[in-house]
Amino acid sequence: MVEIGSLLDRRLLFVTGKGGVGKTTVAAALGELAARRGLRVLVCEMDAKGALAAAFDGRELRFEPSEVRPNLFAMTMSTEDSLREYLRLFVRIPLVGRIGPLARTFDFVADAAPGVKEILAIGKVCYEVRERHYDIVIVDAEATGHIVAQVGAPAAIRDLVQVGLVRDQTAWMIEMLHDAATTGAVITTTAEEMPVVETIELVDTLRSATGVDVAALVANRLLPNRLTGRDEDVLATLTAQPARRAVSEAIGDPALVVLDAVAHAQQRAAVGARHLLRLQTEIDDVAIALVPEMFARSGGPRVVGLVADALAEEGL
Amino acid sequence: MAVDRRAVRRLIATKEMLIVCGSGGTGKTTVAAAIGVGAASTVPGRTLVLTVDPARRLATALGIADTGAGIVQVPAERLQVDGQPPRGELFVGMLDTQAGWDELINRHAPDTVSATQILGNPLYRNITRRFVHSHDYLAMEQLHELHATGAYDLVIIDTPPSRNALDLLDAPRRMREFFGGRLLKWLTVPYRSRLFSAATQPFYTVADRVLGSRFLRDIADFFILFQRMEKGFVRRAVEVEQLLHDDRTAFLVVSTLDPAPVHEARFLVAELARRGMPIGAVVANRVLPQIIRGRVANNAARQMTALDAGVVADLAAAADIHASDVAAVLTAAGGVFPDLAVLADRESERQRELASLDAPLVTLALLDGDVTDLDALRRLSSALVAETDSG
Repeated sequence: MVEIGSLLDRRLLFVTGKGGVGKTTVAAALGELAARRGLRVLVCEMDAKGALAAAFDGRELRFEPSEVRPNLFAMTMSTEDSLREYLRLFVRIPLVGRIGPLARTFDFVADAAPGVKEILAIGKVCYEVRERHYDIVIVDAEATGHIVAQVGAPAAIRDLVQVGLVRDQTAWMIEMLHDAATTGAVITTTAEEMPVVETIELVDTLRSATGVDVAALVANRLLPNRLTGRDEDVLATLTAQPARRAVSEAIGDPALVVLDAVAHAQQRAAVGARHLLRLQTEIDDVAIALVPEMFARSGGPRVVGLVADALAEEGL
Repeated sequence: MAVDRRAVRRLIATKEMLIVCGSGGTGKTTVAAAIGVGAASTVPGRTLVLTVDPARRLATALGIADTGAGIVQVPAERLQVDGQPPRGELFVGMLDTQAGWDELINRHAPDTVSATQILGNPLYRNITRRFVHSHDYLAMEQLHELHATGAYDLVIIDTPPSRNALDLLDAPRRMREFFGGRLLKWLTVPYRSRLFSAATQPFYTVADRVLGSRFLRDIADFFILFQRMEKGFVRRAVEVEQLLHDDRTAFLVVSTLDPAPVHEARFLVAELARRGMPIGAVVANRVLPQIIRGRVANNAARQMTALDAGVVADLAAAADIHASDVAAVLTAAGGVFPDLAVLADRESERQRELASLDAPLVTLALLDGDVTDLDALRRLSSALVAETDSG
C-alpha cells in the first residue's frame, strides 16, 4: 500500500473524477481537513455550477475568495475576472480600466484560440500558489473528460504560441505543475464500472500526456458489506421459497421488503467490491482512500465534515 | 407530470429522432442503447443508435467491439426474445468528432485545394477540438446528416458529455453567429488594416500584447481559409437548428436521483421549453424500489431486531436453518435497513422534483449489476418500452 499521509503537504491539488461521483464533496472535505490542521486553504471551483457553495454554507461564491470557515477560503472560477486580474497585474496599461465591454470580445477570442480559456483558469490557481497567498490550493477541477486539457493548457500554449506575454509565463506554470512535491491530481471515483474504467484511463493519460503526478485516488460512497458470507447464504434461503412464505406468515410481507432490500444492497456492495479490486489491481502504485456512503439525507456541510473524518481515518 | 410508463413507447412509435441528454454519469449511453434495443424489438423499421465512446463491454454486448467509427448492424439473433425474431433492425455507430470535422471540411470547401489547405493547417486539429463547442455541434450535425439520408426510421443519439447542457442546444446558433461575428471579421481583415485599427481599438492592442501577434496571425490564416466555407456551413447550421425544433424530434433528459443530475435535468427541461424544443420524457435512472420508502417496512425492520424466540424457531424449522443463524440475519437485516430507507427517502424527494416538471417521467429500477450485457440491456429496454403498468 502506498502512503497517503503526505497528500496535504503539497501546495496544489486538482480533484477530478467522472461527473456525479462526488468530486466537489471530496474537494471540500480535503479543504476542511487541511484547515482543521491549521493550514490556510483556498478551494476553487472550476465549473461554476454552484456545487461548492452547497458543500459549504450555501452562500454564493464569487471569483473573489470568501472565508467560509476559519482559514478556509472558497472561490469560483470566472475566466473573465481572471483575465481582468491578469491584465491589471501584468499588462499595466492604462486602458485596462476600460476593458469591461472588451472582456466579452476577448472571451470570444478565447473561445476560438485553443487553450486560452484553460490557461486563464489554470493561470489563476498557479498564481495563487506561486504568490503563497495560501498554504494549499485545492481545485475542484473539471471532470475526467476535460482535466487533461485543463492541466495541459500551459504546455499547449507553449507549443502553439511563439511569442507574447502568455507564452512567457507558461514556463514557470509548467514547472510548478510537473513538480510532484508541489502539485498532484486526486481522482475521485465510486465503485462502479464506468467511473473505475475512466479513472484507470485517466491515470494513464495524466502520466503520459501532462506530467502531472497522480497523488491519490478516493473511492467514494462505498456501500458497507455488513453481512458475513454465511449470513448471505441464510438471507438467500430466507428470501426463497418455502422460507419466504414462512417469513410472510410469521412477521408479515413488510419483512420480505426489508430482506429483499438488504439482499439487493449486499449484491450492489459485492459488485462494487469487484470494481474496487480491479482499481486496486490496475493502479497499484497510487494510494487509494476509501470513503463510505454516508447515508445522509443530502449533501452539504455535514457530509463534507463526515467525508473529511473518513479521509483522516484513512491516514490523511 | 406524473410517471408515465408508456412515454418511451409512444416516442419510438412516433418520432424520427431522439436526442438523449443529461448530466455525465447518469447512464445516457446505456439508456440510448436500451431504447434502441426496445425500438428494434417492438417496431418495424431501421433504428440507429449513435453513441459516444461507450463502455467497452456495452459495445461488446451490442456486437460492435471492433468497428471503429463505422455503422454496423446488431445481428438479429442477438435481439431475439423467447425465440421471437425482432420486428425491426438495429444499427449502432460511434461518433468520431475528428472524422466528422474532416468530412464537413471536405463537403463544404469550395474546391479540393482549399480542403487540403485547411486539413493540413497545423491549427486545424487544435481548433476543431475546441472552438464553438465543436463536439456538441458535430453531434447535432451528424444527427441531421444521418436523418437526411433517409436510411433510418429512427435515429437515437447519445449526446457527448457536456459541461453545460445548453452548449449542445446552442451549438448550431453559435456556429451560425460565429461566421457573422466580429471576431471572424477582425481576424480575417488584411494584417495592415488590422494594425491601423489596433491604433484606435484598445482591445486589439491588448490581444496583440497578451497573445502575441504571430499567434493571432496563425489563427487568422486558418480562419481566412475557413471563411471560404461560410455559405455551406451557415446553411447547414440553420438546418441543424431547425431540426432541434422539429416535431419529428424529441429530447429525452436522463438523470439519476442524485442531487447534481436532478438539478441539471430541471434546468435542462426549463431551457428546452424556453427554446421551444420538444421534450419527449424525463428518464429517472437507477431508482431504488419504491416499497422501501414506507413506514410499514421501517416498522418491520425494527420488529425484526427484537423477534420472539418462538417466531424465530418456527422460521428456522420452515427454512431448515439453525435458529441462531436466522436470528442473527434477521437482526442484522433489520439493523441495516434504516440506512437503505434513508437513501430511498432521499431519492423519493428528488423523484418528486422530476415528476413536477412539465414532461412525462419514466423511472428505471436500479439493476443488480452493471448493464454490460445484452440481457441486462433487454431487461432495461422492456422496462422502458413497457406496454402495461406492471413490471
